[in-house]
Amino acid sequence: MKPFQLVPRTQQSLAAQLLVPVVSIILTLVAGSVMFMLLGKSPPAAFYAFFIEPLTTRYGIGEVLLKMGPLLLIAQGLAIGFRAQVWNIGAEGQLLLGAIVSGAIALQFETSDSAWLLPSMVVGGTLAGAAWAAIAAWLRTSFNANEILVTFMLSSVALQLLYYLVSGPLRDPMGMSFPQSAMFGDAALFEPLVSGTRVNTSLYLALAVTIVAWIFVQRSIPGYKLLVSGLAPQAARYAGFSENRAVWLGLLIGGAAAGMAGVGEVAGPLGLLQRNISPGYGFAAIIVAFLGGLHPIGILFAAFFMALIYVGGDMSLVSVGLPNASTTIFQGMLLVFYLACYLFVNYRLQRRSKKQLISASSGREGSTQ
Amino acid sequence: MTELLKLDGISKIYPSVVANDNIDLSIEKGEIHAILGENGAGKSTLMKLIYGVSQPDRGTIYWRGKAVQVRNPAHARALGIGMVFQHFSLFESMTVVQNISLAVPGSLSDLSKAIIKAAEGFGLPVSPDTLVNSLSVGERQRVEIIRCILQNPKLLIMDEPTSVLPPQGVEMLFDTLRKLAADGCSILYISHKMDEIRSLCDRATVLRDGKLVGTVKPSEETSQSLAKLMIGREIPHASHEAATEDGEVKLRIEQVNHTPKDPFGTPLNSVSLQVRAGEIVGIAGVSGNGQNELMRIISGETLLKPPSNGQITLCGQNTGRLAPMQRRRLGFSFVPEERLGRGAVPDLNLGYNSLLTGLENGLSSMGFIRFGKMKAMADECIAKNDVRCGGNSARASSLSGGNLQKFIVGREMALTPEVLVLSQPTWGVDVGAAAAIREALIKLRDAGVAILLVSEELEELFEVTDRIHVIFNGHLSDSLPTRGTNAEQIGHWMTGSFVPSTPAAAAS
Amino acid sequence: MIDSLTFLLAGTLAAATPLIFAAMGELVVEKSGVLNLSIEGLMATGAATGFVVATVTGSAVAGFTAAAFASMLLSFVFAALTLGFLANQVAAGLAVGILGLGTSVLIGKQYEGATIKPIANIDLGFLSDLPIIGKTLFGQDPMVYVGIASVVLITWVLNRTKLGLIIRAVGESPKAANSIGYPVILVRFCAIAFGGAMAGIGGAHLTLSYTPLWAEGLVAGRGWIVVALVVFGTWKAPRIALGAYLFGAVSLLELFVQGQGFAIPSQLMSAMPYIITIIILAIISRDARIIKLNHPASLGVPYTSGE
Repeated sequence: MKPFQLVPRTQQSLAAQLLVPVVSIILTLVAGSVMFMLLGKSPPAAFYAFFIEPLTTRYGIGEVLLKMGPLLLIAQGLAIGFRAQVWNIGAEGQLLLGAIVSGAIALQFETSDSAWLLPSMVVGGTLAGAAWAAIAAWLRTSFNANEILVTFMLSSVALQLLYYLVSGPLRDPMGMSFPQSAMFGDAALFEPLVSGTRVNTSLYLALAVTIVAWIFVQRSIPGYKLLVSGLAPQAARYAGFSENRAVWLGLLIGGAAAGMAGVGEVAGPLGLLQRNISPGYGFAAIIVAFLGGLHPIGILFAAFFMALIYVGGDMSLVSVGLPNASTTIFQGMLLVFYLACYLFVNYRLQRRSKKQLISASSGREGSTQ
Repeated sequence: MTELLKLDGISKIYPSVVANDNIDLSIEKGEIHAILGENGAGKSTLMKLIYGVSQPDRGTIYWRGKAVQVRNPAHARALGIGMVFQHFSLFESMTVVQNISLAVPGSLSDLSKAIIKAAEGFGLPVSPDTLVNSLSVGERQRVEIIRCILQNPKLLIMDEPTSVLPPQGVEMLFDTLRKLAADGCSILYISHKMDEIRSLCDRATVLRDGKLVGTVKPSEETSQSLAKLMIGREIPHASHEAATEDGEVKLRIEQVNHTPKDPFGTPLNSVSLQVRAGEIVGIAGVSGNGQNELMRIISGETLLKPPSNGQITLCGQNTGRLAPMQRRRLGFSFVPEERLGRGAVPDLNLGYNSLLTGLENGLSSMGFIRFGKMKAMADECIAKNDVRCGGNSARASSLSGGNLQKFIVGREMALTPEVLVLSQPTWGVDVGAAAAIREALIKLRDAGVAILLVSEELEELFEVTDRIHVIFNGHLSDSLPTRGTNAEQIGHWMTGSFVPSTPAAAAS
Repeated sequence: MIDSLTFLLAGTLAAATPLIFAAMGELVVEKSGVLNLSIEGLMATGAATGFVVATVTGSAVAGFTAAAFASMLLSFVFAALTLGFLANQVAAGLAVGILGLGTSVLIGKQYEGATIKPIANIDLGFLSDLPIIGKTLFGQDPMVYVGIASVVLITWVLNRTKLGLIIRAVGESPKAANSIGYPVILVRFCAIAFGGAMAGIGGAHLTLSYTPLWAEGLVAGRGWIVVALVVFGTWKAPRIALGAYLFGAVSLLELFVQGQGFAIPSQLMSAMPYIITIIILAIISRDARIIKLNHPASLGVPYTSGE
C-alpha cells in the first residue's frame, strides 16, 4: 500500500499559494544548474551572471525595472482574463498594435511639444491594443471561434503589419530605406526616472494598473463575476453572469494593458518604430501571470523575477557566454515547475493513518516486536 | 444453497468519514439480495469495494470460498462480477454494439447477434446499431444490463436501477431480474425503496451510517418496519391542508416550443402551465424527458425567441427575453438539479457562493462586495439549515452532496422569493433533512409563495404538491389535483399515454 | 504556366506534409480527451534534433527517428503535468511549448543557418516524368507518402478498431471508461507520446526536406495552425488532411505571387495563412452543433482517478 495519498483540501491553502512560486523558482534554479553544467559552464559563475550581477549596478537595476514595466502591465491584464478562463495568448500582437498606433500619433505630431501628446499616445495605444483583442472577442462571441488560436494568429498578423508599416508608410524618409521610422520628438517620450538608467515614468503606469487590478479582482462585483465564469461556467449562467460579457471583458482588459505596454516601449527605450519592438513580452507575461498565482500582488513579484531573467540572460550572454536561448528555457521551466507544484495548493499529501498502515502490514509489524 | 460472495469485517475509511465500518455480508447463488440504506449510509462505497473500484482498508472478501483482493473493475469482471451503474457508463457517440464491444470480447457482427439473442431471452428490446445518444434513459439501462449479461456474470450489482424508470418499466425490469436469478445469477440490488425490495428480494441487508444494522427477509417485513431499520426512527411525514385556490397567477408558461442547442437535448413541444401564489405544483416524469430544458427556460439560462416560441410571464411581466438576474429582481428564485458546478461554484467558499444569487440582496454596494454582509449571510444559511461544514470559508466542493443541497435550498429561500422553482431538491439528502426541506416548502406555500417542484420521486410529489403535471418526451400533460389522483394514473402518464400520438396512448 | 502549376501542386503536397504528421498526432491526443497546445515547441524540437542528427550521421532515417524520440521525450513533460499533476491543459501546453522552443535553439545552436541536402524524391521512371501529376503524385520525397499513409492508418484505427474505440471512449467519458476497466491515464499517456513523436517527425520534415535548413523560429506558427486544423477537420482525419493541403497551397502562394511580380506587399502574403486560418476557424466553429457532435466530450478536462 502506498504510504501517501492525495487529499483535496477543504480550503485553498494560503501558505501553499505563497510557497508554490518560491519552490518552483528554486526547482528552476536547480534544473538550470544541470543545464549550465551540460553546457560546460560553472553553475556558480553562471548564476552570478544571471541573477546577481544585474542587481549590482545602478544601470542593471534600471534595466530590470525597465523590463518589469511591460511584463507587469501585460500580466495584470492577462491574469484577469485567465481567471475567467479567457485565454488570450496574443498579447504580443496587442502590444504591437499599441506601439504602432501610438507611434503613428507621435510621427504625425513630430514637431509638437504639447503636454497632451504623450497622454494621447497612451490613450490611442491602449485603445488599439483593446481593439486588436476585440477581434478575437467578436469572433468568439459571434462565431464561437476559439480565442486561443485567434489571438495567436492575430499576433502573427500584427507582426507582418508592423513590418509592412516600417518598411513602407511609416518609414523614415531620411533613413536610407532602413526599415524603421523617424525618431519621435521629445514630447512623445516618457521622462527618465533615474539618471544613468533607461527606466522611465511609464513604470508608474504599470504600478497604478496593479493597484486598480487589485481592487478589481479582490473587491469588485465585475471581478467576482469574471472569476465565477472561469471557475464554473454553468454556475455563472445560472446566476445570470453573461458569458459573452466575460469574454469581452477578459479580452479587452488584456488587450488594453498590452497596448499600453506597447506605448511604453516605443515612447520609452526605443523612441521610434522598428521591426524589433518586444523581446517576447507578450508571451513571457503569460508565465508572469501564472507565476504570480493570477493575483495582482503575486504578479508584482513575478514580473520582477521575470525581468531579472531577461536582463540576466542578456548580461550572461556577454560575460559567461551563455546562449540567449537559456532565457526562453528558464521561462519554460519556471512555468512547468509552477504548474507541477500548483497541485499542492488544492491537494495535500496525507500519510495514510497509522491504523490503516498497521492493518495492511500487520504481519510484519507483529514479527518485529 | 452455495455461498457465492462473503464479506468479512469490511471497512473503508475516507479522510473525513468512515464509509463502511466492519460490514459482514453473504450472498447465495441465485439469490436476489438487497442492500438497503439511506443516501450516505455507505451502500455505494460497499459496491465499489466489491466491484474493485476501490480497495477496503480492512477485512476480507471471499469469492466462491476463496479470499480475493479485487484489484480493479476489470478484475471483478474476470471473476464474474458485473455492475449496472446508477449514472450509466455508456458512450454517447458510439452505437450500442460498439459500447458493448468495449466490455465484451468478440467481433462486432458476433456481438450484434448475441445482443439480439439476449434481448429476446430477457425481454430487453434494443437494436445493436443505434447510437446511444438517441436512446431513452430506460433503453440505456437495458444496454447496460445486456452488456453485463453477455459477460456471463455470476453476480450482478444493480445500483438504484429504478430511479430512471416509470412504474411500468420497473415491473419489466423485475421480470428480467427474476429470470436472471432463476438462471443462477445472483443479484445485489441497491435501493432505498422499501416496496421494491419487498416485492423482489429474497434477503435484505440494511446499512445505516456505514454500519450494518441487520439482515432480514423483506417478505416478512412491512415497509414501515424496514424504514425504521433503515432510518433508526419513524419517518417524519409532512401533512398539510389543501392550498387556497384563488391565489394570483405568479408564473405562467404558454405554448412554449423550444429546440435546444445541445444536439442530445429534448425539444419542448407546446408546454403550458401556471403556478398561483400559495400553491405547490409538481412535475413528474422520468429524467431526460425535457425537465432540464424547461427549467433552463424558466430560469432564463436559455432565452426564448419570441413571439413564435411561446411566452413566459413572471409576476405579471413577460420574461421570455429577460436574463436570470432580471428575473430574480422580479422575485424569482431557483434551485437547479446539479449542485456542484451549477448551483454552487466548487472551488469557491460558501461565503462567495452566497454571493452567487444574493449579490443584489444587500451583499454588494456600488459594484463592490460587502464582505461582512456576505459572510453573515452564509453563516445564517449554515446555521438555519443545519449545514455541516467547516464554516463560511469552506469550499463548496468539500461539502457532502446533501449538505451542499441544504445550503443551496436555504440560500434561495433566504432571498424571500415570490416564485420558487426547485429541481430534485431532496436528491441525495438524508431523510431527516429531506423532510425539513419539504416542511419548509409547505411553510413558504402557506406564506403565499408560488412553488414549482420537479421531482422523479412520486412519493415526494404526492406528499407536498397540490397539483401534478407529467412531462414526457418534451410534452407536458394537463395538471391533476394531487388529492384527486393516484400513483397509478401518474405512472401511466409517465409512459407518455397522455400524448395523443404515442403507442401507449393508442393502447389505452 | 505548366511549370508554375507543377510548382504549386507538387509544392502543396510537400508543404502540407509537416502539418499532416503533427495534425494526425494531435488528432489522436485530442480524441483521447487531451488538448496539447505545445505542438509548436514539439515541432521545433523535432526540427532541430532531426537536422542535427541527420547532419552528423548523414542519415535522414536517423534524423527522423531522433526527432520523433526527442519530441516524444518532451511530450512526457506535458503528460506529467496534465496527467500526473492535474495541471490546466492550456497552461501546460504553453509551458511545454516555450520549453520546446528554447530547447530547439539550444540543440541547433551550432547549426544556425546551416543547410542540408534534402532527402531525395522518389523516381518512378516515366510516371514521375508525366506532366504536372508526375512530379506531384510520383516524384515526392518518401515522407510525403508516409504522411498520406498515416492519414489512412489513423482513420482506420480510430473508426474501425478496438484500439480506436478505446481512445474515443477515454476521450468521451474517462469516468465511464475507467468503470468498465480501461486505464485512462495510460491510454492518454500513450496518446500524448504518439502525438509528440508525430509532431517531431513533422518538424523534421521541415528541416530535412521542405526548407531544408535550420534556423531559429523556423516552425513559424505551424504548430498552432496544426491545432486549428484539427478543429477545421472537426476531428476527422481525412478532412484535417484536406485542410493541411489547403494551407500548403496558401503558404506557397507567397512565393508564387512574388515570382509573378504582382504588386502585393509581401507582408500581406506572409500574413495570409494566419488570416485564412482565422476566417475558416470562424466559419467552421459557427455551427455549435457540429462542433459539439464531433469534439471529444472531455477535451481539456483534467481527470483524477479519485479513489
